[in-house]
Amino acid sequence: MPVTDQDNALPITIRSVTKTYGDVYALDEVDLDVQSGEFLTLLGPSGSGKTTLLMVLAGFTRPDHGSVLFGESEVIRMPPHKREVGMVFQNYALFPHMTVAGNIGFPLRLRGIDKKTARERVENALGTVQLGGYGDRRIDQLSGGQMQRVALARAIVFEPRILLMDEPLSALDKKLREHMQIELRHLHEKLGMTTVYVTHDQREALTMSDRVAVINDGKLMQLDSPRQIYDQPASTFVANFIGESTLLPVDHRNGQVSYAGNPIDIKGSESKNGSFLMLRPERLILLSSNNDSAYNTFQGKVKDIVYQGESFLLYVTLIDGTDVAVRSVSQKDLIAAVPEVNSQIVLGLHPDETVLIPDDNE
Amino acid sequence: MADSANSMGNTLTRINAVGLRQDERRERLALFGLSVPAILLVIVIVAIPVGWLFWLSLFNDEGVLSTYNYTRMLESKSYFRIFRTTFNVSFMTTALCVIIGYPFAYFLAQLPQRWANIGLIAVLLPFWTSLLVRTYAWLVVLQRKGLVNQWGMELGLWDAPLRLVHNMNGTLIGMAHIMLPFLVLPLYGSMRTIDQDYVKAASNLGASPFQAFWNIYLPLSLPGLFAGIVVVFVLCLGFFVTPAVLGGGRIIMVSMKIETIIDLFFNFGTASALGVVLMLLTLLVLFISHKLLRLDRVLGGGGGS
Repeated sequence: MPVTDQDNALPITIRSVTKTYGDVYALDEVDLDVQSGEFLTLLGPSGSGKTTLLMVLAGFTRPDHGSVLFGESEVIRMPPHKREVGMVFQNYALFPHMTVAGNIGFPLRLRGIDKKTARERVENALGTVQLGGYGDRRIDQLSGGQMQRVALARAIVFEPRILLMDEPLSALDKKLREHMQIELRHLHEKLGMTTVYVTHDQREALTMSDRVAVINDGKLMQLDSPRQIYDQPASTFVANFIGESTLLPVDHRNGQVSYAGNPIDIKGSESKNGSFLMLRPERLILLSSNNDSAYNTFQGKVKDIVYQGESFLLYVTLIDGTDVAVRSVSQKDLIAAVPEVNSQIVLGLHPDETVLIPDDNE
Repeated sequence: MADSANSMGNTLTRINAVGLRQDERRERLALFGLSVPAILLVIVIVAIPVGWLFWLSLFNDEGVLSTYNYTRMLESKSYFRIFRTTFNVSFMTTALCVIIGYPFAYFLAQLPQRWANIGLIAVLLPFWTSLLVRTYAWLVVLQRKGLVNQWGMELGLWDAPLRLVHNMNGTLIGMAHIMLPFLVLPLYGSMRTIDQDYVKAASNLGASPFQAFWNIYLPLSLPGLFAGIVVVFVLCLGFFVTPAVLGGGRIIMVSMKIETIIDLFFNFGTASALGVVLMLLTLLVLFISHKLLRLDRVLGGGGGS
């Protein structure tokens, strides 16, 4: 296939890709540009269509219509074995009747690369994923983390310019998963191939990605940097799905935003006329008095206190009956300042961190 | 206080240890008890008859203890020929079953579960009909003036009736038909456990559909295929009804020879010796295939995930 980009990465252009199963839209007119060499994560709840989109890129799912370009070339009707994209499967899909080296060498064998060169490249790939010397192992002798690395080595050994990953870390335990997140990130920086990563784990998405594409009901909800996704959600769905948040309805009158009659200063918000105010638990602080003019203030009553080790949570009922959560780190003086259950307190939110969320229907 | 309690635990009996050990022993005995009926059954219907068979084979025609029945088998060419025919027929039947059964099992394994179940019922349906009836049905279909020859000649495909029965053709057709389910069932079972992601991974890595099948799917389905082959081959070795009816006396297998010897000559010694040798050869086949299957497991072709 003619490839114009001589770099080791290719951009992906997705245009109005649609896939229906009966009446259900798994993908609904999805447009998405993945830049050359970037690490982009498709994030969404299960059944959102993120995996379907990845399978369309890999060629395993045939969409109803749409266009997918790798670089300049249209691949939408190209069979999977001609697409030259690496893929890491959720369950790794390592061939159990081959050794580690046999698995990693398989794509090289298919490409008719001579045995000596192939052996070197397999050894290199094993080194890249820090499994040097594991070539002769059988697949069933590997731990989950090692299988994960072998699957990765197999996906990159033929130097594809696009790498797809389908929840590759979901089978690992928490510690190993967090370790692998950092390692994958470093590996991506080193190899530089365009990477599309699917996960339902928002922390993973925020940790690893250059940009995150939030997907729900087959639609692209927001495409932004992790920071932007978290701080300036473009819809109530994204605000609720990413992190914890409570949304308070606000009134707009004469250019002034107010909640329950109290004026709110929205210096930090990119959306100036959103109809909800987003309260993140870690952005709220406990104030000693109502008159701190530096903050937007909310009065409430402590409902419950939960100690969670590194932090504690206060559940506070505001005057209009809404429950909000406040998170505070477990430092000695902060713990000492924790009010008792049922006491009246004042919560503060800095105007720079005060963000309005547009209604999804707007 | 804590120290004294500790030392008491060590020097005297640990709390409830004796009772717990008793419970464990009682449980094991109960489990063993469950297998007693099966063990008795095996002794009565397998061990005793086989032992008796072996005992009978050690006496010659005059009822004197001798190895005559076995030495005669080695000297006579006709016995060798019968064993060769038996293995030949078994081998060809098995090969036919693989050629017909593998693609069919593969087809079923690719279908959605609902449709595959219907296909499986079609495979199992013949089991509900008597073996004898099915064999005679083939006789009707394949004979000189049977359906196949009538239709074939009416359509002008051939001029003279084909000799489809009372020879090797008929025997193989009939036996392959009877044996096919024994190959398809274990093969289908093992194919169902092959994760479709393996084939996807192969094609993602650049394998054409044929390369993916040849390098990945086929090796992973081998354990099931071997299991089916062993079952079919071993069943064929001792098969009687179908070759007797469809072979027309031209295809003599060991089981048929045993029947003749008893029916015509009433020679239990020779018949028993034949039976013992067939059994030993069957055990040898099972032993070799067991080694092969084990080897396969060592190589990691578990078929599953």
